[in-house]
Amino acid sequence: MIPVCRLEDLPEGESVRVASTPPIAVFRTEDGELYAIDDTCTHQDASLSEGWLEGCLVECPLHAASFDLRTGAPTCLPARRPVRTHRVTVEDGVVHVHLGAEEGTAA
Amino acid sequence: MRTVTIVGASLSGLHAARELRAQGFDGRLVIVGEEPHHPYDRPPLSKDFLIGRAEESELALTDADETAGLDAEWLLGVRARGLDPRGRTVLLGDGRTVSTDGVVIATGAAARRLPGDRLAGVHTLRTLDDARALRAELTRGHRRVVVIGGGFIGAETASSCARLGHDVTVVEAAPLPLVPQLGARMAEVCAALHRRGGVELVTGTGVAALRGTATVTGVDLADGRSLPADVVIVGIGARPHTDWLVGSALALHDGVLCDDGCVTALPQVVAVGDVARVGGTRAEHWTSATEQPRVAVTNLLAGHTAATARTLPYFWSDQYGSRIQFAGRYREGDTVHVTEGEITDDGAPGESGFLARYERDGRTVALLGVDRPRAFTRARRELQREERRWTEGARVEPAAL
Repeated sequence: MIPVCRLEDLPEGESVRVASTPPIAVFRTEDGELYAIDDTCTHQDASLSEGWLEGCLVECPLHAASFDLRTGAPTCLPARRPVRTHRVTVEDGVVHVHLGAEEGTAA
Repeated sequence: MRTVTIVGASLSGLHAARELRAQGFDGRLVIVGEEPHHPYDRPPLSKDFLIGRAEESELALTDADETAGLDAEWLLGVRARGLDPRGRTVLLGDGRTVSTDGVVIATGAAARRLPGDRLAGVHTLRTLDDARALRAELTRGHRRVVVIGGGFIGAETASSCARLGHDVTVVEAAPLPLVPQLGARMAEVCAALHRRGGVELVTGTGVAALRGTATVTGVDLADGRSLPADVVIVGIGARPHTDWLVGSALALHDGVLCDDGCVTALPQVVAVGDVARVGGTRAEHWTSATEQPRVAVTNLLAGHTAATARTLPYFWSDQYGSRIQFAGRYREGDTVHVTEGEITDDGAPGESGFLARYERDGRTVALLGVDRPRAFTRARRELQREERRWTEGARVEPAAL
């Protein structure tokens, strides 16, 4: 379990990168939901935390591959492989990421 | 339409195949490729592949499952050598012919060469086989490398060679590299990246001759200097692969001339990717090669230009640990402002990169981001939206052929 940041430091529509191995991207959607996925796009070396967040989808900043934050599944080319998803909890106002593939993940 | 032939087993050729099936074409699909390989991704060839961080299997653009799903006849390792004037027969280099109802031209471009560049040790970098040969040579101990041409391929290759520990010099004929693409001010930034990477940049002089008998030993410059070299990489641009279309009914001029919808002079022949001059512009961008096939296939199946492919140009380059992203259309005379981040005193990007905007008549027309992906993406989205608004209502006329 990795502490990420305080919840109020992650506004809706924003993301943060956790420099773990491998790095993790944590998103807070416009609806306030929290999601964590592997940060590196499965297509080529780019950080998804720097991508474009729209609803539950994040678009890679380099080649516009898109992933569903809920499942990690790619929703369009050029990515063909899913990213791993990770469980996120908030404890005492701090966002935590639980490493390891979630059950039901597409990986 | 019962048979469609895609000439070019490339990024754009593969995307055309996907689009044909996605848009309901269930006839015979033939894909002709000059290289023996199934479609692969070229951008990593000058970067991760060259430095050994990516292997060939990672370059594949498709896998066995998808290939089976496309249900195509792959004719690989054979080049097309002609298209009959009606556009109904593709002639192959081995004498075979393919009778077809529709044709997608996706033959790409070939690296330009220099006279005398058949010497051992002289390389171009365009294909997987080019990259294999260069990679093998770069792992045989310390080399003095001269890169001819300071464009994106030249800069990325120089960066990779420097990273492998070789001595690298880049020769650029213009006073600065990349001025036509980026303008002088941002070209200065790219020159500073070379310096920061420990690569010598020689500008303002062309190449007079390559020196050597069997193997290259040096590069003679037009200003009289001579650079010793064990490896020479020629990165002086690419020529669209249209030779095979001479004698067809298609108009050729630095590419296959198409209207805004990728349709050629023959309605059942479309062209996509590096070989296509779409509405007066030929782009050698990965993104165009992936976007044009959707429109081209729609029009091919419709039998006329029902959709147009004018999207905001976008390309990127990774060099010396920096990621450069560019969107829009730069023209000489545009003014450029750094709106986020900074350029340091040595002319290179600051630690957190920067975003620059190109302006013309008070409008943003292009964007350059260096190590600033999130700001760049946001600005690129805005620019896309703005451009759409700008062109909406304007009547779209097919470009003159």
